[in-house]
Amino acid sequence: MNLHEYQARDILRRHGIPVPPGEVASTPAEARALAERFGGKVVVKAQVHAGGRGKAGGVKLAKTAAEAEAHAKAIIGMKIKGLTVQKVLIAPTAEIASESYVGIIVDRASQRPVLMVSPAGGIDIEEVAAKTPEKIQRLPVDPRYGLLPHQAMSLGFFLYKDVKQARAAADIMQKLYATMYDVGASLVEINPLVTTPDGTVQALDAKLSVDDNELERRTDIAALRDLSAEAPEEVAAREAGLTFIKLDGFVGCCVNGAGLAMATMDLVKYYGGDPANFLDIGGSSNPQKVVAALRIITGDPNVKSILFNIFGGITRGDDVANGIVQATKEFPLKVPIVIRLTGTNEREGIEILKQAGFSALGDMDEAVKKAVELS
Amino acid sequence: MSIFIDQNTRLVIQGITGRDGSFHAKQMLAYGTKVVAGVTPGKGGQQFENTVPVFNTVAEAVRATEANTAVIYVPASVAASAIFEAADAGIALIVCITEGIPVLDMTKVLPYVRERGARLVGPNCPGLISPGKSKVGIIPGNICQAGRIGIVSRSGTLTYEIIHQLTTHGLGQSTCVGIGGDPIIGTNFIHCLAAFEADEETDAIVMVGEIGGTDEQEAAKFVTENVKKPVVGFIAGQTAPPGRRMGHAGAIISGSSGTAAEKMAAFEQAGIAVMKRPADVVPLLKEKL
Repeated sequence: MNLHEYQARDILRRHGIPVPPGEVASTPAEARALAERFGGKVVVKAQVHAGGRGKAGGVKLAKTAAEAEAHAKAIIGMKIKGLTVQKVLIAPTAEIASESYVGIIVDRASQRPVLMVSPAGGIDIEEVAAKTPEKIQRLPVDPRYGLLPHQAMSLGFFLYKDVKQARAAADIMQKLYATMYDVGASLVEINPLVTTPDGTVQALDAKLSVDDNELERRTDIAALRDLSAEAPEEVAAREAGLTFIKLDGFVGCCVNGAGLAMATMDLVKYYGGDPANFLDIGGSSNPQKVVAALRIITGDPNVKSILFNIFGGITRGDDVANGIVQATKEFPLKVPIVIRLTGTNEREGIEILKQAGFSALGDMDEAVKKAVELS
Repeated sequence: MSIFIDQNTRLVIQGITGRDGSFHAKQMLAYGTKVVAGVTPGKGGQQFENTVPVFNTVAEAVRATEANTAVIYVPASVAASAIFEAADAGIALIVCITEGIPVLDMTKVLPYVRERGARLVGPNCPGLISPGKSKVGIIPGNICQAGRIGIVSRSGTLTYEIIHQLTTHGLGQSTCVGIGGDPIIGTNFIHCLAAFEADEETDAIVMVGEIGGTDEQEAAKFVTENVKKPVVGFIAGQTAPPGRRMGHAGAIISGSSGTAAEKMAAFEQAGIAVMKRPADVVPLLKEKL
């Protein structure tokens, strides 16, 4: 789950990291009031889960409160990469002497949190990595001891020559590391970490992604989820315990298991079709999940045929079959459905389908080919 | 032989009285796995299915039954703790089926497990099966057949699909290992490739990967340098949209975007025969054997 910039800034601030003032507004009038409070000269920033906000016109400088109101009016409601902007961050424009980057991510290869710092901040860190890799330092942290003071200090000196600034940066890094474990983040970034003309070090912009698996035990963080910032069908899928990603094709796919779901999409393409979605109904098969899955798939007007690919393990064929039968009673299908059902309780499942007038195939290739032909 | 599990596997099931644990305990017993103990705190002294003694702790179970392998079915919120407990009790092979364990928990679990010389398979994996000898986890026994092909896979049901293809065409398996789909796992492709290469009863290896990370690329390099047996590979997610799961910084650290195309190219370069679809596994293996 991604947090908005204003939410990430709040969390960093609560963990003792110096973050310059800034507050969020949902209406142009609120934006104006905030801008007045901050003295008029502010930046108005769209709060959406999409990169390239600046390029899309979602970040604007204002010299007066009236101008801030006008910018907010233009930005709120604007679409950036398909997402509608609901809120803007209003922050006083700061004078900046330098911009750096500090980020921590859980690294698969070293199986540890890795701290990354660069004196070339303010721009996309991927660009820095590609063009000037020598400007990035990485440090895998041993999670048993955490980020040790001398490690943070050495990275602080990589950013700043001034000992006070290096110390301030080291302090921020240690607090950022603590924040990561405290909120269950898979990624936390300060970009840019700035110095002001008077020498202070501050986190100007922050990005925070929380591991979805942490949300059950961190209800305060889970409550920060902004449903309006996500595609509605993906929200519906998550609430039903499904994993769903919308794609642009015509074959609606319903599969158990992420690997098999991806392989099914690949096979749809292999036979000349185009998958309309990725959908994993997960391990344990509740017929209600299948009903929810079919509701989501049939809600997509692009879908010309529906393909079930079920290889029962924990998932039971009879549960899936019951789900299909129940769903089609609730809302009759307008497009053809192709069902591949094998594995646990396949015989029971096929029998249930037969009685309801459906047929099932045993072979994945055969089923995919047929679904593609019908799309 | 076979790898990691065989007829000498003495299994303790953590979470044996739970919904998933009890269901799969019965399946494993029916398959012939030596299930010697179960653990559910507070239910020590009971018998599961009138055959398996239940203990309050893994340590007690190990003392009483000499269990050497543990399989974990407990909920995600207590799964990391269950792994710690198994490692502490001196279990050599810990298989964690549970999905949804926070990644940051795993960063602390793995060093602990390794310091005690144990091997963790998973989490978020279907477990292992050495057909005819032992099954630890949830891979359906009836789709497998004893034989000489080793399978290692990041996926669950896709593994079943591959096993199904092999069995249908008369190619049995020495061991099938589902290593799990999480970003941080205890046993990776390379560990399994090395074990299969050393296993006298394995003639060829099937490796099933997917998009994300660089484990498959590392594995391909390992194959070039260390594996003489034929290897056939598959990558799921050839048509997956980019950027849905990985953060920017991840791509930088791994030095790669983790695409299917990149992984398939690494396979090809290592002499691994690449399947375009699961059904290619049989013809490619027959070509290589």
